[in-house]
Amino acid sequence: MASNNIYDTFVASLTQWIHNGLYHLMPPFWALIVELTIIGLVFLIFYALVGLFLVYAERKVCAFMQNRIGPNRVGPYGIFQTIADFIKLLMKELVVIKNSDKLLFTLAPFIVIIASFMAIAAIPFAKGLHAIDFDIGILYVIAVSSLGVVGVLLAGWSSNNKYSLIGAMRSGAQIISYELSVGMSLLTIIILAGTMQFSEIVQGQEYGWFIFKGHIPAFIAFIVFLIASTAETNRGPFDLAEAESELTAGFHTEYSGIKFAFFFLAEYMNMFIVASIGATVFLGGWMPFHVWGWTGFNQVMDYIPPSIWYIGKTGFIIWLMMWFKWTFPRLRIDQLLNLEWKYLLPINLFNILLMAFIVLMGWHF
Amino acid sequence: MDLEKLKERVLTLVPEAELEENKQFLTFFIPAGKLHTMALKLKEDEDTAFDYLFCQSGTDMGKYLMVVYHLESTKQGHTIVLKVKTEDRQNPVFDTVCDIWRTAEFHEREIFDLLGIRFNNHPDLRRIFLDENWVGYPLRKDYSDEVNIVEL
Amino acid sequence: MKEVIHTPVPSVEEEEYHINMGPQHPSTHGVLRLVVSLQGEIVKNVKPHCGYIHRGMEKMCEKDTYPQIIHLTDRMDYLSAHINNHAVCLLVENALQIEVPERVKYIRTIMDELCRIQSHQLWWASFGMDLGGLTCFFYGLRDREKILDIWEESTGARFLQSYYTPGGLMWDIHPDFQKHTKEFLKYFRKKIRDYEKILSGNVIFRERSRNIGLMTKEEAISYGVTGPSGRGSGFSCDVRKRHPYALYDKVEFKEILYQEGDTLARYMVRMDEMYESMHIIDQLIDNIPQGDFTAKMKAVIKLPAGEYYQRVESARGDLGVYCISDGNKTPYRMKFRTPSFSNLSVLDHISRDLKIADLVAIGGSLDLVIPDIDR
Repeated sequence: MASNNIYDTFVASLTQWIHNGLYHLMPPFWALIVELTIIGLVFLIFYALVGLFLVYAERKVCAFMQNRIGPNRVGPYGIFQTIADFIKLLMKELVVIKNSDKLLFTLAPFIVIIASFMAIAAIPFAKGLHAIDFDIGILYVIAVSSLGVVGVLLAGWSSNNKYSLIGAMRSGAQIISYELSVGMSLLTIIILAGTMQFSEIVQGQEYGWFIFKGHIPAFIAFIVFLIASTAETNRGPFDLAEAESELTAGFHTEYSGIKFAFFFLAEYMNMFIVASIGATVFLGGWMPFHVWGWTGFNQVMDYIPPSIWYIGKTGFIIWLMMWFKWTFPRLRIDQLLNLEWKYLLPINLFNILLMAFIVLMGWHF
Repeated sequence: MDLEKLKERVLTLVPEAELEENKQFLTFFIPAGKLHTMALKLKEDEDTAFDYLFCQSGTDMGKYLMVVYHLESTKQGHTIVLKVKTEDRQNPVFDTVCDIWRTAEFHEREIFDLLGIRFNNHPDLRRIFLDENWVGYPLRKDYSDEVNIVEL
Repeated sequence: MKEVIHTPVPSVEEEEYHINMGPQHPSTHGVLRLVVSLQGEIVKNVKPHCGYIHRGMEKMCEKDTYPQIIHLTDRMDYLSAHINNHAVCLLVENALQIEVPERVKYIRTIMDELCRIQSHQLWWASFGMDLGGLTCFFYGLRDREKILDIWEESTGARFLQSYYTPGGLMWDIHPDFQKHTKEFLKYFRKKIRDYEKILSGNVIFRERSRNIGLMTKEEAISYGVTGPSGRGSGFSCDVRKRHPYALYDKVEFKEILYQEGDTLARYMVRMDEMYESMHIIDQLIDNIPQGDFTAKMKAVIKLPAGEYYQRVESARGDLGVYCISDGNKTPYRMKFRTPSFSNLSVLDHISRDLKIADLVAIGGSLDLVIPDIDR
């Protein structure tokens, strides 16, 4: 592992310095608490900033595809537009519905945010730069992101509004169905990698990303992953439950102000999470693009910081997802569920068999 | 089918029809009681085959209220106009033709709404443009409404 | 005025409930209220409530002179404004037996076909948007702007021009009219391929429109569904072919008919009609003869006593104007047989037992313009 030396050591030394400083200053118990608080704060700020940036990026990307410019008044090139939008949302009145279940109504957006927050913790942004590194990393991420469904259903139920309930039921059915496909496509790569731990998976892609190493089945798995993750985050051509110009705004109809902002933010962050999982598992995460045997080329690739690689890959997948959303018309709910249960699931099962066979025979790079 | 033959055929099918002269299309006045049977005959007969009702309008001609049916045959290509009239302004009633031509459903609702002419056996006769509790029939010549109509 | 609705409600089963779409709704294209009875996701009954934009045009026509009525007809189906004007102008000209100059006929035909293209562009834009492909809206309107620019140059207004008048036109076309129209045709021939790539060829779109909203030819004739909606079911009702007016008997164009009668067929009819309209304009644009832009008309137009009926093919279907005149300068009774009124009546029938998402697709494919329904 002669690669990534400058950047690795920079990150490692920074964290070590903070760690040592804290343990020097105060008793170990408090140092641990302070450390955890710092990590939590960093993630919170990261979460908020990425959310803001993604909203702005979506508006710009969508505008360019539609032959117009997008926000360009608030700040140079409109970069403060999202901040202005959030200030507006914060200042809105929090409408409280008379007959709703108040506890669940308030709780629902928090559950959605917590679910996506927990998933972010496991993703490696650079060598060593992640909050937790379970040896069942992928399983953890899938499990934790399923908690979001609970928030959605609670939101629909507690709004005491039949249209919200319909929207929430649809959304819930959609998310649960597509989680299966997401899980199975990731399973394909786990077979190839032999491990569920994120850092090991990234390390294993040192001499070729898994999408190239696993050729056919990995490619199929990538396509299925893209489709299923777009559907799971209620985005793109699968947004019948919320962007439903036919009825209402779906499960978050009755929410206003900061609570609506939570749902909104959580949707963009979910998109970020699935994109980063896809980038990590299929495209190599923070690992630069190496080719076996071309050491000179590899060294040149190493000069680009791993975080930039990571952001580039995630950004590419996010851009793909935005492209889908603004091009395709929407699927109907029964076509959506058909797609999952009649097409994606059999393809996934077949793909897993194929990958297992290839790994057994050693027919991969 | 040319006009003379058409005229003869119609008069054979519906002997009570009275021809009106010098009109743009072949125009017949039909007694109100026989409207439904005659309309059905005109649609089902193969030579006339009037299957497309392209306009149904009501008018207040002052002395009488009239409903005009413009019919066309998609197979034969000829056009005919049927008219029925009633002098009863308090309670004008005709038979509906919406079981013969489904487009009449909406047209008859409009005629009821704006002129007050009722239609027997209509599946859903209620006002279509104006409010349910509007009083009066605006297209009648004796309709006056100081609030909504400005007379110059 | 408080609205009291006494709708005859069918026997409400346990799982049936009513939802209300409109009058303010992104996908009803205007102020139309649809009360939809649902059983779960399945539509059982659709009751349209019209009248939110009823202005009493027919009553107003009884007090307006014929040139003034032209301005009212603009506002009836605002996307086929020229064609509506054409109907009343032809009615007056045929009643008075006035022959308009050739130049006028050429210009009127070209303007009508531009009107048809522009109406179909807006239809495509909003249809795509209803189905979720939001980009379609921007592409359709961007290209429509070119036609609106051409009109603004010649007639002075982008929208609701009232350019025709009984006897001819209000004023002559701009000298650059032919050049700009030809440029537009060249530009749009390339862009319409984009439309086909984005929507027509898209598998999601096809799955959402194939076999949705089936209407047989007999139903189309019986309900009086004309225009592209009727031609999608094989009902050959193009007034330009059956009762030609202006120059339609002298140009060569096809009447587009599809037999399937579903939403996809109605969509394809309109896409093909855009090609046909461009073809018609191609044949006429270079040959506009010189001459007067209006015939000599008296200052006050009085139609001889009698009844007159004029039909034209608007972008939505068979538009009819029925006039009963008693010899005065205002008509005794003016009735507009508007295509959207009859097209709306079939909505309930063809959306039985489909889902709500399909109802939106069907409403979009029928291309209803609500002021046309309400007048």
